[in-house]
Amino acid sequence: MTVITVNGIEQQLEVDPATPLLWVLREQLELTGTKFGCGISQCGACTVHINGVAARSCITPVSAVAGRAISTIEGLAPSPDELHPLQQAWIDEQVPQCGYCQSGQLMSAAALLANNPSPSDADINAAMAGNICRCGMYDRIRKAIKTAAGVQQFEPAAVVADVVKEVTRG
Amino acid sequence: MGKWTRRGFISAGVIAGGGLVVGVAIRPGNRASQLTKHVTDDGETLLHTWVKLDSNNVVTAIVPHSEMGQGAGTALAQMLADELDADWNLVRFEEAPAISEFANHSMAKGMLLAGVDMPDFVVPTVDGVLIRTAQALDLQITGGSLSVRTTGAFGMRVAGAAVKDMLRNAAAEAWQVPVEEVVASNSQMTHKATGQSAPYSAFAAAAATMTPPASPTLKTPDEFKIMGRHVQRHDLPSKVDGSAIFALDVRVPNMLYATVKRAPTFGGDVERIDDTLTRSIKGVVDVVRLPAADVSALLGSFSSTESVAVVADGYWQAKTGMDALNIEWRATDNDAVSSETIYAQFDRDISAAVDRQPDLSEGDVAGAMASAAEVIEADYRVPYLAHTCMEPLNATASVKDGFCEMWIGCQSPLSFRQAVADSLGFEVDNVTLHNCFMGGGFGRKSLPDYAVQAAQLAAKVGRPVQLIWSREEDVQQDFYRPAVHSRFRGALDSAGNLTAWENTYAGKMEPVEAPVIPYTVAAKDIGHVASPTHVPLGAWRSVDHSQHGFFTESFIDEVAAAAGQDAYAYRAARLKHLPRQLAVLTKAATEAQWHKPLAPGRGRGIALQESFGSIVAEVVEVTVDDGNLSVDRVVAVIDAGYAISPDGMKAQIESGIIYGLSAALYGEITIKDGAVAESNFHDYPSVRMSKAPAIETHIINSGEAMGGAGEPGTPPIAPALANAIFNATGNRIRQLPIKNSALNV
Repeated sequence: MTVITVNGIEQQLEVDPATPLLWVLREQLELTGTKFGCGISQCGACTVHINGVAARSCITPVSAVAGRAISTIEGLAPSPDELHPLQQAWIDEQVPQCGYCQSGQLMSAAALLANNPSPSDADINAAMAGNICRCGMYDRIRKAIKTAAGVQQFEPAAVVADVVKEVTRG
Repeated sequence: MGKWTRRGFISAGVIAGGGLVVGVAIRPGNRASQLTKHVTDDGETLLHTWVKLDSNNVVTAIVPHSEMGQGAGTALAQMLADELDADWNLVRFEEAPAISEFANHSMAKGMLLAGVDMPDFVVPTVDGVLIRTAQALDLQITGGSLSVRTTGAFGMRVAGAAVKDMLRNAAAEAWQVPVEEVVASNSQMTHKATGQSAPYSAFAAAAATMTPPASPTLKTPDEFKIMGRHVQRHDLPSKVDGSAIFALDVRVPNMLYATVKRAPTFGGDVERIDDTLTRSIKGVVDVVRLPAADVSALLGSFSSTESVAVVADGYWQAKTGMDALNIEWRATDNDAVSSETIYAQFDRDISAAVDRQPDLSEGDVAGAMASAAEVIEADYRVPYLAHTCMEPLNATASVKDGFCEMWIGCQSPLSFRQAVADSLGFEVDNVTLHNCFMGGGFGRKSLPDYAVQAAQLAAKVGRPVQLIWSREEDVQQDFYRPAVHSRFRGALDSAGNLTAWENTYAGKMEPVEAPVIPYTVAAKDIGHVASPTHVPLGAWRSVDHSQHGFFTESFIDEVAAAAGQDAYAYRAARLKHLPRQLAVLTKAATEAQWHKPLAPGRGRGIALQESFGSIVAEVVEVTVDDGNLSVDRVVAVIDAGYAISPDGMKAQIESGIIYGLSAALYGEITIKDGAVAESNFHDYPSVRMSKAPAIETHIINSGEAMGGAGEPGTPPIAPALANAIFNATGNRIRQLPIKNSALNV
């Protein structure tokens, strides 16, 4: 038996330990938001977080993630009534077209912002290099990441208060 | 009067006004049984094929097109909602199920062709537009960039206006007030004098008993409240939280998973299979040979060949089982065919010009060539291309007791349903097809080979099966964008004027006008030769426009350069007879600051192509630094008549540009030993984030007939890029992809 934790819930699995995590998520756990695109870690549609790091679940054997914390697109929002700033930015910038790659794009972007709240263009290029969008919405993805980064940047109350003071003085 | 009731003919009156050809009303009292079941509860009244108004005052647009990313559903809903004066927040859309009541060709065909008496007022509408519209919609095809300009323009708006009319009449009757005093706005009816107000839904039942108006009055653009405005797409929330259901996400009780493989050499079949190892793998249920499906009527000259499937408890087990299969493929006549032999054949056939078919012939080309001050010649070539939709081909089928149920993402649900029924020997009414969100389509998902495989598998194994193609199978068993070789000669007089344009190419598909240039030239001779190969061909975003846009817009650039003139000015001087084209080209040049000098190593290129009723010009800026190419910026201008959903149109243009850019930089399907050499994204790459240029799209609302948006962004990008490279380096790109040139891409 393999035990993994997905979106905070422990799962006990009777599967071939060599099975890629992608197919366990999709078929055993019915978490179908994580997509199959290439099977060889080239397109990023299957991106999830393993201990907070973006990883391609299509080439990750389930045995390799036993005991680790896995999060998927279904676990990205902080609560059922709330969107992650990136999800909101994705809607604000009207990013998706067909939408198939977007779970992976969002997971790669979320891992980026978690470690780097104000990414440069080069940072975005590097973090998103593994994700293909055949609808070609890269320009919108870039804008949405920056929009969400802006939200995160000014989130701390102290910073907002300073800005308010500046405005008041001005 | 044939099978139509009087009420049907009154609905047909809307045809005469320009709408009923696609706006077939479901006549109250004559509701087709197959539609009745889509009215899910007693509180709903089906007023019209495309309009459902429920007891919560929610209006649902039932859209006969598939959602493959293009956002057509939102634009169509905008058109309906605006004419209906509905509250946008109360408007939903859903895709019409694949049953013929939602297709319109049957009605149009019945009127046009069958022995039905046609009312006189319908006769004048029997023109090209009607037939084209009816054909497109009958098959519920999503392609040809047709959704908004046909279903929307002729159907949704008329439907919305008609329904509003009926609701107003119903309100006037209920309140016993003159109908002119009833105001419809924001999904509410109001009568100011008596202070009465009620939601539309209050009058739905009464309206359903009314006669639809013969020709409802449509709004003029100055009255638009929702059309032409930015609205958020309805489908996006489900696409950012993983909840959108694509065909691959469908789960049916007791289902198995499968994957397939066909002969690498097209047309080949199985000599022998050793499945011992495969059957020993835990989870593998069966190894099944599927016969060649006779879908030639749907696939043109290319029939689907035999395939081998491995069925298992899960996709991974099926794929592992497939990799362990030992299949010996029978030798074919095409085992020695390669890209080199194909290109040599094209070259030979163009030179021989046997049975050259003219596309366009005007003026005295030979005479102009003979008296020219200069004749320039060039050969261009582009390779086969795969579609590589993000979502690999897949379909889930359940076949039981003479019925088939299928879940799939496809661009042509009715023809898929027919193909599935034919392959199983079922009546088409015994096949139900649920069309899901498509993870890309681009033309590939208009051909039903994968649907037929899934249906045959489910029938053979006696359990529901989800068939999933590997990416390798997707790349190697596509219906490819044709490779084309195109040869040009241009004659210039001593002042640099273009006096003759001669073009012969091998590899024609459609549409016929794709290689026709808009520029004024006294003599033109454009034609093609047939040079068939064994490679299966299909529609690829913008069809022949993607190849010919590259050829003709590159060669006119060569002509301008040979004349020593500016690439924009040379084109503009030859577009005086086409003010829309000139306006689009000029706006692109202006927005891109065409005349502003660039630093050394940088370059700008321009291209213009009309396709699918829309005119698009693009200006590309590049940097070439030590042989490294960077595509920095694209400025695009589109005149599609009128943009119903401006942001949606911009997104489509951005998408078309990146799709075309991937092809221009990297796209190449190579034939080796009769088979495709590439197999996945590592050797058939796409543009990624770091290579994606900033894109700026400008829309011209000329008010002319509406054109499409899904495809017209693609054709100009390759030539604009190649022309920019010439501008930066002096080197002309005449073959794609650019990765094969001296540049690093």
